[in-house]
Amino acid sequence: MANAQLKERQETAAPAIELVGISKAFGPVQANKDITLSVARGSIHGIVGENGAGKSTLMSILYGFYKADAGEIYIGGKKTPIPDSSAAIAAGIGMVHQHFKLVENFTVLENVILGMEDGPMLRPSLAKARKLLQQLSDEYELSVDPDALVENLSVGHQQRVEILKALYRKADILILDEPTGVLTPAEADHVFRILQGLKEQGKTIILITHKLREIMEITDTVSVMRRGEMTATVKTAETSPEQLAELMVGRKVLLQIDKKPATPGADILEVKNLEVTDDKGVKRLKGISLEVRAGEILGIAGVSGNGQTELLEVLGGYMPASGTILINGTEIDLTGKHSDGQSRRKRGIAHVPEDRQAEGLIMDFAAWENMIFGYQNDPAYNKNALMMDNAAIRKETAAKMERFDVRPPIPALQAKNFSGGNQQKIVLAREIERNPDLLLVGQPTRGVDIGAIEFIHQRIVELRDEGKAILLVSVELEEILSLSDRILVMFDGHIMGERDPAKTDEKELGMLMAGMETNGGAN
Amino acid sequence: MDKMPRWADVVLIPLISLMLAFIASGLVVLAIGENPIQAITVMVKGALGSTSGLGYTLYYATNYMFTGLAVAVAFHARMFNIGGEGQAAIAGVGATLVILAFDWPHWALALPFAIMGAALFGGFWAAVPAYLQAKRGSHIVITTIMFNFIAAAVMGFLLNGVLKNPNTQNAETVKFPAGAHLPTAHEMLAPLGINFSKSAPLNISFLLALLCAFLVWFLLWRTRLGYSIRAFGQSEKGAKYAGISAFKIIMISMFISGALAGMLSINVVMGEQERLIKEFVEGAGFVGIAVALMGRNHPVGIILASILFGMLTQGGFELLWEMPNISKEVVLVIQGMIILFTGALDYMVRGPVEKLFLRMHKGA
Repeated sequence: MANAQLKERQETAAPAIELVGISKAFGPVQANKDITLSVARGSIHGIVGENGAGKSTLMSILYGFYKADAGEIYIGGKKTPIPDSSAAIAAGIGMVHQHFKLVENFTVLENVILGMEDGPMLRPSLAKARKLLQQLSDEYELSVDPDALVENLSVGHQQRVEILKALYRKADILILDEPTGVLTPAEADHVFRILQGLKEQGKTIILITHKLREIMEITDTVSVMRRGEMTATVKTAETSPEQLAELMVGRKVLLQIDKKPATPGADILEVKNLEVTDDKGVKRLKGISLEVRAGEILGIAGVSGNGQTELLEVLGGYMPASGTILINGTEIDLTGKHSDGQSRRKRGIAHVPEDRQAEGLIMDFAAWENMIFGYQNDPAYNKNALMMDNAAIRKETAAKMERFDVRPPIPALQAKNFSGGNQQKIVLAREIERNPDLLLVGQPTRGVDIGAIEFIHQRIVELRDEGKAILLVSVELEEILSLSDRILVMFDGHIMGERDPAKTDEKELGMLMAGMETNGGAN
Repeated sequence: MDKMPRWADVVLIPLISLMLAFIASGLVVLAIGENPIQAITVMVKGALGSTSGLGYTLYYATNYMFTGLAVAVAFHARMFNIGGEGQAAIAGVGATLVILAFDWPHWALALPFAIMGAALFGGFWAAVPAYLQAKRGSHIVITTIMFNFIAAAVMGFLLNGVLKNPNTQNAETVKFPAGAHLPTAHEMLAPLGINFSKSAPLNISFLLALLCAFLVWFLLWRTRLGYSIRAFGQSEKGAKYAGISAFKIIMISMFISGALAGMLSINVVMGEQERLIKEFVEGAGFVGIAVALMGRNHPVGIILASILFGMLTQGGFELLWEMPNISKEVVLVIQGMIILFTGALDYMVRGPVEKLFLRMHKGA
């Protein structure tokens, strides 16, 4: 086997990166198992896999954050040990992290030279960087104002700064970790154009993503990881999203949810002229009006940070607002004593929050403790005024875990020890089984593996079919399009318009998400 | 198996840490030209070798249990209560006022009321910083420290003024009435035929401390309030989502914390001194922080850590007495070394031990 690999390596003309037999274990968890990967120079190579499949670990090894237990790295055909990230930079590897590593109150130029200053005085380095930046931005459509403060830049521009940083460090190989997670479709297209341009200049690009559409659109070759192993490497032209999904999960997956047309009933939720001003005095919601009817899913699309979070928090009872909200025709308190999570739950609102790790779950609590989180005052969970009925809660938790296929089904296990998908199933089990009139769902499948996404989507549709009202907020357009019965697009604190999912597409929604009017909203 | 067995976590690791601490302090003792084996022997013997030594050890341990539990309860709500010192002192005033208010016929009647007085005063002294934190955002660490100083000043004012015993020069109250005398270990154990030291200050408050430890465990892990306290402490955002009121949790948990710290005054003021003196807390409020840390904020851990710290305090005094070449500062160094190894350097031992267990498991 080793000989065959060696022979193969000699035959191909020095790939940009070659990993041979990389293994890495964290304690008993084998994050990477004997990974072998070869990326041709001047190509875009995609890596897909579910959460926890080992993609990030592999890239961290390549960038020197972790040291592999076994295996070798070849850069341009030469064996190159990468003990730390400066070695990676020296070898011409640049990385654009999912969460940007920028100093917010520095200018673009200052960020670019950070750690690469030529001497004790900044001026010469800044001048040099300015010239180079100009050159790079002309070449690759990478224009950013070099003197702008990073905190004032849009997310898309901040990402360009990250790319510029890597190029300034003379990166030949660029690794991008989920680059489009926070971008509008238009911004994502722009990044892809930049990547194409870089590729034409002979740069090698590794793209880590869970969006199969992007893989199909831009990559030349794609590798699939599952449970720490590289299960397949194929030419993108010779595969399909369905095949990739199957390779990722290990079984056939429904990418498109199968649902009947909605039969909406009376208005469950009516929101009129809702306004929110945050503690900095910035208006976050600028007069939102909407209604959700029984038996329908209202999807709210938008780039994150355009008021969707505030909308959910107001409805969930933990952000004061002005305006009117009616539940089943009765008004609810928006500022006073009855404006908290407990009062909202009493009114039949259940809430699957956007950030399950910070809000929806207490990560150090056991699953059974989390299964009553928010409902701890329910008499069913309490023996008397003082004591909780832990045994009953454990029993109920075991049953709910079973019904929602939470794995492993161990009520005593702490929430942090479940995978993202299973954590989300715990939250969903808790909220859906309360049989609410209205379910608020924020980013139901963020960080959730494909297999679990299918399950979660089915549960949400089932709840709809039981005649419940569902308000879905998601930054994933695919999700919005496949689940919603009606779609509202939010931009900068107001609603850009309503669309029928059957009569719109990602392009039109994308324009609305970027604040541009389209003429499809007449219906 | 992806973890080491629980006994290794609970018993083996602290034991290794303790051994390392003894070795390190031994080197210190060796450096000043004394025999480390002898020093350790003196400390252990002094703390456990006689009923008198044991009586003192457990008496100190009682104090540390109260303050340790106080820190732990607040910590579970993510409040860092550094004000145990002041809360205990003010609680002493509360207990004293109750005891001096009546001519109590029997201690069993006096004790519950003294406990209430101490709890109310101690709880109040913690509730003020809690209110400032909850409503005004004043950082609880700063305010509780400041309240220690204010408490010290208030004690000085009261004991040199209205509460002062006119018949002495000292800043102290009159002696408590005989009816408020708490049974000592000697008195309690004599009927059972055990001859416990008469001089040791250990008294019934030790049992009160154990009861408090149980109640704290019950509160945190069996009640809805404890659930809410822990949830709030783990995730403030999560608590908001769940509709748990931050104000309520901060106020209640800090009041309970202050009340627990206040129980120290039952042990010292009512049980030992039988009058209120100015500086009776003697740093136990701060030791409580170390005790809670070492005990991992769990009542059982706190009981064990308290006893260790009680041994250190008593053994340290004994060391000063028996080996004059070892100064007070060196005793402090030894005590500090033990705290450092058992508390702060936990991971130094934990990592290698965990690896060892994993390797053994893989080999098996």
